[in-house]
Amino acid sequence: MANQITDETIEYVGILAKLELSDAEKEEAKKDMEKMLDYIDTLNELDTDGVEPMSHVFPVHNVFREDVVTNGDGSADTLANAPLAKDQSFKVPKTIG
Amino acid sequence: MDITSMTAVEIGKKIKAKEITVADAVEAAIAQIERVEENVHSFVRIDKEGARKRAEEVQKMINDGTLTGPLAGVPVAIKDNLCTKGVETTCSSKILEGFKPTFTAEAVVNLEKAGAVILGKTNMDEFAMGSTTETSYYGETKNPWNLEHVPGGSSGGSCAAVAAGECAYALGSDTGGSIRQPSSFCGVVGIKPTYGTVSRYGLIAYGSSLDQIGPIAKDVTDCATILETIASHDSKDSTSIARESYDFTEGLVAEVKGMKIGVPRDYFTEGLDPEVKEQILKAVKVLEEKGAVVEEFDLSLVQYAIPAYYVIASAEASSNLSRFDGVKYGYRTSEYEGLHNMYKKTRSEGFGPEVKRRIMLGSFVLSSGYYDAYYLKALRTKALIKKAFDKAFASYDAIIAPAAPTTAPKLGESLSDPLKMYLGDIYTIAVNLAGLPGITIPVGKDSKGLPVGMQIIGDCFQEKKIIRAAYTFEQTKSYEAPELAKGDR
Amino acid sequence: MAKQYETVIGLEVHVELATKTKIFCSCSTQFGGAPNTHTCPVCTGMPGSLPVLNKQVVEYAMAIGLATNCDITQVCKFDRKNYFYPDNPQNYQISQLYLPIARNGYVEIEVAGQKKKVRIHEMHMEEDAGKLIHDEWDDTSLVDYNRSGVPLVEIVSEPDMRSADEVIAYLEKLRTIVQYLGASDCKLQEGSMRADVNLSVREVGAAEFGTRTEMKNLNSFKAIARAIEGERERQIELIEEGKQVVQETRRWDDNKESSHAMRSKEDAQDYRYFPEPDLVPIIISDEWIQKVKDRQPELRSEKLERYKKEYDIPQYDAEILTNSKHMADIFEEAAAICGKPKKVSNWLMVETMRLLKENGMEPEDIDFAPENLAALVELTEAGTINSSVAKEVFEKIFAEDIDPKAYVEEHGLKTVNDDGALEEVLKKVIADNPQAVADYQGGKKKALGALVGQTMKTMRGKADPVAINKKLQEML
Repeated sequence: MANQITDETIEYVGILAKLELSDAEKEEAKKDMEKMLDYIDTLNELDTDGVEPMSHVFPVHNVFREDVVTNGDGSADTLANAPLAKDQSFKVPKTIG
Repeated sequence: MDITSMTAVEIGKKIKAKEITVADAVEAAIAQIERVEENVHSFVRIDKEGARKRAEEVQKMINDGTLTGPLAGVPVAIKDNLCTKGVETTCSSKILEGFKPTFTAEAVVNLEKAGAVILGKTNMDEFAMGSTTETSYYGETKNPWNLEHVPGGSSGGSCAAVAAGECAYALGSDTGGSIRQPSSFCGVVGIKPTYGTVSRYGLIAYGSSLDQIGPIAKDVTDCATILETIASHDSKDSTSIARESYDFTEGLVAEVKGMKIGVPRDYFTEGLDPEVKEQILKAVKVLEEKGAVVEEFDLSLVQYAIPAYYVIASAEASSNLSRFDGVKYGYRTSEYEGLHNMYKKTRSEGFGPEVKRRIMLGSFVLSSGYYDAYYLKALRTKALIKKAFDKAFASYDAIIAPAAPTTAPKLGESLSDPLKMYLGDIYTIAVNLAGLPGITIPVGKDSKGLPVGMQIIGDCFQEKKIIRAAYTFEQTKSYEAPELAKGDR
Repeated sequence: MAKQYETVIGLEVHVELATKTKIFCSCSTQFGGAPNTHTCPVCTGMPGSLPVLNKQVVEYAMAIGLATNCDITQVCKFDRKNYFYPDNPQNYQISQLYLPIARNGYVEIEVAGQKKKVRIHEMHMEEDAGKLIHDEWDDTSLVDYNRSGVPLVEIVSEPDMRSADEVIAYLEKLRTIVQYLGASDCKLQEGSMRADVNLSVREVGAAEFGTRTEMKNLNSFKAIARAIEGERERQIELIEEGKQVVQETRRWDDNKESSHAMRSKEDAQDYRYFPEPDLVPIIISDEWIQKVKDRQPELRSEKLERYKKEYDIPQYDAEILTNSKHMADIFEEAAAICGKPKKVSNWLMVETMRLLKENGMEPEDIDFAPENLAALVELTEAGTINSSVAKEVFEKIFAEDIDPKAYVEEHGLKTVNDDGALEEVLKKVIADNPQAVADYQGGKKKALGALVGQTMKTMRGKADPVAINKKLQEML
């Protein structure tokens, strides 16, 4: 079945992804996404009932750190690449309370 | 003596034997860069002065016996998604323009400890998303074998630099074939190790569950030696694995008698360029003649690897790349109205089309109502693919496959149809999904004179077996450099 | 007749864990500090950085889960919660959705003599966000990541509470449990304990729940009680007007005593959770659970019994002292130093509680060293200062944590024990007040009080009134 991506969906995904697309880009994105989803839908041919989703390939578990402070004052490094900074803080447009 | 035609290990030996100095090796690389870089454009950043200074330091440490390893003093190029302290690292993206990391990636730290001299950062597809190195914000890299063709991607800069003799070896990263495919297109050797073998700390993530760093060099000996140097169990990377052995050079044995090699029938179907097929099957014959037991078999599920991969990799990427927002580092748009407008403009201006495409797809497949249908379905498919490989490796020591369906396409041919470009990853992607090691070695050339690579896939932690098979084949054929690398000497 | 409504409340309580380091990096969790000093590549979302889990976080979370009768999830994983906001450096928060550390627990509360179980749906581990400060000067916001990555446990209750009193009782109960485990100091004002209130109303007897709202920014018990009342009224009003309650997140403004919706087109509230690929699963064995259980410190009920037995403290006093682990700790330490548990208890029960109440503070906010309280007890016991001076000194200890010995010395507050000096003063008082002396000698015993008062005034309070009384009687 062919996927239909609506304008609303592209708008919504743009909000989620924080991407602003021009009208032309939106049309392009709709077509691309429809095509990709049609292709991805071929996975539905596969019977995966009862198959456990695999996020990690290896059975590695319980990797921990001990609770010991080893980092010192990191402010200089943290702010070294800041596009805008003030008072040793990152400066951003006003956020609403 | 032409240093740029030597392998990394050969250069290391000559430096150790005092036949050449570190400065000789570095100057030879710089001279080669000056000669060919204009045409190839392997690098996004070259640090000649840094390399010269470092060469002096390393020479001292070699002289006083502090550095004794095989790679001491050998010049290297680093893919631009590996953090290098104080040296701009951009992932070939506008959004990271000017970003100077405050720490160095663990794999690169390991190289530095071994006395590597870094020449610069190599070009790549933006955030490693692409198969041609054409999605780079800083312009495309060209294939040293034919400048009208792409070098492959996403580690196209690293592979082209090695092929062009601009560095002795390079580091790349491989999420869906990004080391193995461009190695094939450029006629060099590249290894994607078992997931968890090389620390990902300092690798700017694309698809975290798939990304691995690996070596790119002129031969198998180099690659095994480099892998031995960069691999480590790193407490800073929770997915790093403590392996029983890191002696990958032990696999450098020209002997495959009794080795069981599986050739998946479903990899050698109509989608594969007949010339590529012929070259690989010829190489398989060579291994068979050397005593390997070759058998055809059905791997199954081959057509499902790409759709599963694009769901998983795009989903992870959409999350991994959300940190690029104009607040903490890199590019911020010049004019904006409030916070969300700043985010949107920064990201829309900072990312290229392919990156945006994957972020959009990834955000969609994770969004409310679609998670089960897409993301979980893909993770279940991944489990089945892993199982198919487990079954194969119960019978075989190694699987032989193409690295790509064709040789390097012409520049500008691939980007017009993204889906078609994605299909080019069909032989490499499943290996990432299953966390397996794979090596690409050059086996011949097609009628256009472009290199054909063969991929040898191993079971988890079985790098030594694929290194052995690749090394054995390599003994039958000497390394061939493109004309461009040889120059007029 | 007006309709009767029932309030249905569920709580999401965030508790900052008392670990030394952050959840995924080795930066200090210490409160305060100049902006961005307690930061590193991991907790500021630098490209290429990776998280590594602090084991202590898991153990604290397990301990809280066990103490609240939860099932521990023995295969437990982290997920990413994706949303853009500048206090969240990666623009995703590492949290738990699919396999949280603990589930299906309860705590028992008591309100007006009625016991009740409040069920806990689940609790999960996650990282805290940084801090945003509004910069008035150029109307921007400033981001400080010192708090980014501080470990949190979020405890999600079932909608089992029906009043503000039940909510407060539940929160106090949780706080006591967590404090006794040593897992957090649970200070509402500093934000180490935070509660979001999910509230809906329905007609009494209705089978279905009404539409709920989520209230945020509640940083005291009083604010919580007011917000519950305000939101209940707002929802009833909407229903009575025939309008719909909208499911939304609202921000409570305690100064205005009203709330407003936090909605915006840009906040889709679609968090796109998926398993965190940078962290591996946590597998919790039966042995590990047992180990955490074995290490569990003395709980409140045990402590209460011990105080009664060991220190001979009455039930009521022991309840107040143990109600806050912080108070109990001060009590035990001060008692151990001065060896006078009853006197220490007295100072805590009477003066401390009075000052807390007057200043609108919680026992957690007590900020003086037990050593100073013990020293004060020693000073009064030795008769170095009298009780009225002691009260004055205690207020100083409470407010500024001063060293009482030094303070008394510096301000010359010692009781004058020099008999000769006292006699001199008394002679003068007697000579200056012939009428009072005559009255006393004439049988008016009350007149002695005036003389004692005069003496105290002359000696600026540094005398012991009992000693003055005695000496005066002798002299007259």
